[in-house]
Amino acid sequence: MDLKEKLVSSFLAFENNVDVDNPVHDIRTAAIKNFEAKGFPSKKEEAWKYTSLNSLQKIDFSIFPKMESNLEFKDVKKYFLNEIDTYKIVFVDGVYSSFLSETTHEGVDVCLMSSALNKPTYKAVIDVYFNKIACKDDSLTSLNTAFSKEGAYIYIPKNKIPKKPIEIIHFATGSEAAALLQPRNLIIAEENAELQIIERHQSLTTNEVLTNAVTEIYAAKNAIVDYYKIQNDAHSSSLIDNTYIDQKDASHVKVHTFSFGGKLTRNNLNFYQNGERIESTMKGVTIIEGKQLVDHHTLVHHIEPNCESHQDYKGIYDENATGVFNGKIIVEKLAQKTNAFQQNNNILVSDKASINTKPQLEIFADDVKCSHGCTIGQLDKDALFYLQSRGIPKKEARALLMYAFANNVLESVRIPELKTRINKIIANKLGVNLGFDL
Amino acid sequence: MAYTEEELKKELETKEYEYGFYTDIESDTFPNGLNEEVVIAISKKKEEPEWMTEWRLEAFRIWKEMEEPEWANVTYDKPDFQAISYYSAPNKKPKYDSLDEVDPELLDTFKRLGISLDEQKKLAGVAVDIVMDSVSVATTFKKTLGEKGIIFCSISEAIREHPELVRKHLGTVVPQKDNFYAALNSAVFSDGSFCYIPKGVRCPMELSTYFRINQAGTGQFERTLVVADEGSYVSYLEGCTAPSRDENQLHAAVVELIALDDAEIKYSTVQNWFPGNKEGKGGVFNFVTKRGICEKNAKISWTQVETGSAVTWKYPSCILKGDNSIGEFYSIAVTNNFQQADTGTKMIHLGKNTRSTIISKGISAGKSQNSYRGLVQVGSRAANARNFSQCDSLLMGNECGAHTFPYIEAKNSTAQIEHEATTSKIGEDQIFYCNQRGIDTEKAIALIVNGFSKEVLNKLPMEFAVEAQKLLEISLEGSVG
Repeated sequence: MDLKEKLVSSFLAFENNVDVDNPVHDIRTAAIKNFEAKGFPSKKEEAWKYTSLNSLQKIDFSIFPKMESNLEFKDVKKYFLNEIDTYKIVFVDGVYSSFLSETTHEGVDVCLMSSALNKPTYKAVIDVYFNKIACKDDSLTSLNTAFSKEGAYIYIPKNKIPKKPIEIIHFATGSEAAALLQPRNLIIAEENAELQIIERHQSLTTNEVLTNAVTEIYAAKNAIVDYYKIQNDAHSSSLIDNTYIDQKDASHVKVHTFSFGGKLTRNNLNFYQNGERIESTMKGVTIIEGKQLVDHHTLVHHIEPNCESHQDYKGIYDENATGVFNGKIIVEKLAQKTNAFQQNNNILVSDKASINTKPQLEIFADDVKCSHGCTIGQLDKDALFYLQSRGIPKKEARALLMYAFANNVLESVRIPELKTRINKIIANKLGVNLGFDL
Repeated sequence: MAYTEEELKKELETKEYEYGFYTDIESDTFPNGLNEEVVIAISKKKEEPEWMTEWRLEAFRIWKEMEEPEWANVTYDKPDFQAISYYSAPNKKPKYDSLDEVDPELLDTFKRLGISLDEQKKLAGVAVDIVMDSVSVATTFKKTLGEKGIIFCSISEAIREHPELVRKHLGTVVPQKDNFYAALNSAVFSDGSFCYIPKGVRCPMELSTYFRINQAGTGQFERTLVVADEGSYVSYLEGCTAPSRDENQLHAAVVELIALDDAEIKYSTVQNWFPGNKEGKGGVFNFVTKRGICEKNAKISWTQVETGSAVTWKYPSCILKGDNSIGEFYSIAVTNNFQQADTGTKMIHLGKNTRSTIISKGISAGKSQNSYRGLVQVGSRAANARNFSQCDSLLMGNECGAHTFPYIEAKNSTAQIEHEATTSKIGEDQIFYCNQRGIDTEKAIALIVNGFSKEVLNKLPMEFAVEAQKLLEISLEGSVG
């Protein structure tokens, strides 16, 4: 039985397990129908031209997570941002771990999707926001919607700012030979609200893990959302991340994606600008090697006038790694005075690594400034020589240059402790120890 | 008179196709439809050898299995391939030795187009191989070329007279099964040009062919093959205009360029087929496959000015097979009213130290859609490959669209690829700056559009640059001086 059939036939069991009278029952049913009709995307589809899911579909994933497993805090401590105090929403094998988490309902809601879906107090919010901006056509998003049950639910009311950043961490313990996890997050920032989120997926074993996550973010007028995705997972796990962002007037949403680990990572990042004077920022650093594949697909849909979008993705590819970047900017007829900027720079370190990039513009308005740039190249030999001539060993010199290359993206990280953490990860990745923080 | 962008826009919309007329020449036309018999009949008509007939039939069989491509960013009513006549030749057919013998009506057509043959012969020093519908009726300067050993003739003549050359090269760059339209063309191509430059010869003049679609309901399927032998050089010009018609006309040409070691080919196109009227009715469908292959140290340079056709689907490409070879692509695509253009290039880097440059300028006005679609591919053995791409779009009015779809695939760590694209309108500050210096708005727009396209216009041969300017004028009347 292939994975698709297995998923479709498991749906009934899943529905029986959760509450059939639940208002989202219809949404789930419609979603599974769409997934059944479309199936997993194949390489024949333009959006999946360079990324194949075939090998993943051959794995016999178990779909329903087991009961809460015991995970000692000391074992997983290093995955948290310990230097600062944060709210924590932690899932172990897809199940909420109350022991490791720290949630709140004081003024803001930092809690669980399952309670939001089931408790009547949240019904009004769920009715307005759940599965509204997520693409109902996309088969993998539909698959997530059909099985949506657990994840993070964050609601920041008008004029509120949570006291500390929020960490969302998904652990996989490998209690199953191969596990499919489908977290579903809903994040709502009302007018003038502001929040920072750090998201991380972490497998603790070498067993196969496939995560198909969907996150919906709603930023109301003047809201500010900072979202950091750290993708430094074990080489046996794969991640398909679908993020949908709805922005209203003068809101500012920034998403940083740091992709260092994982076997296959696919990021679908979609911004919809439903208002004026909006700013959207997407930044990413990808440093991979081995047989890793990281695929960034971004979409910015400029619907109304006077908005801006900035994209800056840097990638360094070694050994047999494959990088994909596909950035799409759509500027609607109404969206005059749009300023859209897109940049994708890549360094190929090895002859076996490859990069496929396609920065796309679709523009229907005339009074706009849109540009994209993309480069593929190597580390500057002269710069490398300069550093070596001053007594810096080649390995460190190379690492320094790579730091410099990625620095543009790191600079805009607003949590200093997080920046330090990422620097450490990069240093580890490059196998050097540099005695300074960038 | 103050000339504003709105007025320019209005003028663009109301500007009718100046070259829209129809010459009534008796034609020898096949009945509509396509099957193996038609393919054989075309081949017979052309007095082709058996291998050629077989080659066409093979292409036809491949074509039958293929489906029309859907991926381009254009929408149109699919042509009914059984409602097209696949062969049409001007009837009075004896080969002419001088222009006096040519049908006066035909000559008149050319005069109205402003390409008076005799004038061009004398003044421009251009050898012109005119394709009126499908059969070449006049070839000039053959003797001068003959002395150098250059072969420049219609492809049917080449098949008869130089079968060994044609057989060796035909279909090597664009195989029959390459794509839907290339397969169709391979099966039914009626005529086209063939050019061979021998070793070490520098072609003394620009070679030029004017294409015209004339007979109602006739698809035009040219096949062009240019072979530049080792160390040779040739500059080839191709330009087109077509009369107004109500039903869409299909045009599916194939151009193959072969540049052997150290050779250089410069291929320039000015395309101004009927773009349809301002309601978007009629116009030519232009589905063209153009590709060149570069051997060691060879260079192929494509320059195109695309102003016509209702739907354009065209990607002149370079396969940089040999080490140190160079590919270039310079393009201006202007769309107006309901025109749709999906055009660009492919640069396939296979050899070491290969270089390519892409400069693409798109100007969209009215309700038109203009897309750039390009591929830069660097193979794993193409060490030190270098590419620079730049695509700029200029939008006039808010009902048109500009799109870019650049694909970049690199598999070699020494590759250096740069791509940049911008989209903008004519800046108010730019116009203001000109106004401030006493240049009226009309002239200012002209200056800006001209400056925008200059990089590409500069690449055209002298003889063609004037015509290109003229064609830009028709498409963007009043703005280009």
